[in-house]
Amino acid sequence: MKIKILILTIVYLISFFNFSYAANSEKVDKISKNLRCLICQGQSVYDSQSDFALSMKILIKNKIDEGKNDEEIYNFLKIKFGEWIVYDPEIKKNTILLWVLPLFLFVFGAILIIRKVSIK
Amino acid sequence: MIKNIKLIALVFLVILSFFTLLKGLNKTNNYSPDLNSSKIDFNFKAKFLYSNEETTLNELVDDKDFTIINIWASWCLPCRDEHPFLLNLNSSNKLNIIGINYKDNEINAKKFIKELGNPYSKIIVDPSGVNSIELGAYGVPETILINNKSRTILKKYIGPLDDQKFAELKMLIKNEN
Repeated sequence: MKIKILILTIVYLISFFNFSYAANSEKVDKISKNLRCLICQGQSVYDSQSDFALSMKILIKNKIDEGKNDEEIYNFLKIKFGEWIVYDPEIKKNTILLWVLPLFLFVFGAILIIRKVSIK
Repeated sequence: MIKNIKLIALVFLVILSFFTLLKGLNKTNNYSPDLNSSKIDFNFKAKFLYSNEETTLNELVDDKDFTIINIWASWCLPCRDEHPFLLNLNSSNKLNIIGINYKDNEINAKKFIKELGNPYSKIIVDPSGVNSIELGAYGVPETILINNKSRTILKKYIGPLDDQKFAELKMLIKNEN
């Protein structure tokens, strides 16, 4: 009986640590998918196997272990490498077109379709 | 008349998109970060190459006017090309050069220094590449010129030093005083 309890405790502990590890690495994946690799441009840090991307993943993991949240990590990297490193640009004067144009085109297209349909 | 306007508009649109795309073709779309605005965190920890002691960048920056941080590795061929320039800079008494050995094997790194000479006053190691990223660098070789008094980055070079960059570095150091 004692042995059973011991084994159960060990299994529980192992799975617990595994789980917390997996949760952290999932977080690293999530953040690195939102970052642009500066060496092989066009790939995300998550996809890239370049030295830069590999180091970046370690850095993100360290930052998470330090207790930093996603926002803080993104901000840290934006200060170091500029806005360009994130795939999700902020709404600013020079990115406003990027955000508004698709919406505008969508509305324009909808108007076109509605007019076509209503004419028929 | 309306038909004509439509035709003209279409032709205009085609020509416009042709030239837009043509211009895009010739433009290299490689982004490099805004090099001079980034701030340096002087508190990151790293180990020395020649001893196991830990240090911070704060301790390495000494009382000379300038510091050059050079990121290098023994496996990096362009680093070999720029090495003579670093050795040459070392003769200036206004600055000290700190080397960051990037993702390297310790034995190879020491061999590299033995073979080509040591321009660095101190060498720290960055086996995981994290320190370099914290400095805002993303590869080897990279050279950062720091003004020690104001603790700001004066200039950052991505890629190996060459005659032109070397001359510019010398100018910067001369003009700042």
